[in-house]
Amino acid sequence: MPYSPLLVKPMREELTAIGFEELMTGEEVGNWPGAKEGTGLLVINSVCGCAAGMARPGVRLALEESDKKPAHVATVFAGQDQEATAAARGLFPQVPPSSPSMAFFKDGELAYFLPRHRIEGRSAEDVAADLKSAFAEHC
Amino acid sequence: MGTFHTGKHELHGITVVVETEGEETFVGRCDDMDDEKVILLDVDVHRAGESEVSKEDYLRQAAQWGVFAKHRHLVVDRSKVTAVNRLGEL
Repeated sequence: MPYSPLLVKPMREELTAIGFEELMTGEEVGNWPGAKEGTGLLVINSVCGCAAGMARPGVRLALEESDKKPAHVATVFAGQDQEATAAARGLFPQVPPSSPSMAFFKDGELAYFLPRHRIEGRSAEDVAADLKSAFAEHC
Repeated sequence: MGTFHTGKHELHGITVVVETEGEETFVGRCDDMDDEKVILLDVDVHRAGESEVSKEDYLRQAAQWGVFAKHRHLVVDRSKVTAVNRLGEL
């Protein structure tokens, strides 16, 4: 059963407040340019504090501290927007599903993926460091 | 911010590798653990005698990408467990 929208709202806003486009349907995911051209970061957001609590601040830090950034940033919310999440995972079917997780696309290809188990128990700074390395390499 | 869970083992919510004295190695999210059992969620199992992939290659792949879960919930007898490690630290 999905969590209350009221509980999830601030977790959505942690990303939308820093410029993330929230994709809430499969059609919106299909139309998202970040997976088709240039560079795009797609965050699979999640409620779970065991990992997501550091994922969102990690993303924010990475974007604040990077000179090179993805041209498009978007998010889907696992367990909430199920159609959108399934469509997002369909963009990289070779990767086992996990949330939170982050997919970085370049020119329509998956260039980098940060799965949940690489976020769990780490600090926001550590998560940001991984993302900044990916941005520096691919942006 | 996020949700947090009290009263569980410190590895609650963490994706772990559970090695056993037998041929089975489990990768899944730890729900809880005590002296008798390890409770895992979204679990994949590698069986050394059945898989074409070695345990080492399986874990290398799992550490990079994660695993496709074959079991939603699985309980492992703690007496058969030889090691529990975080997948993210492999």
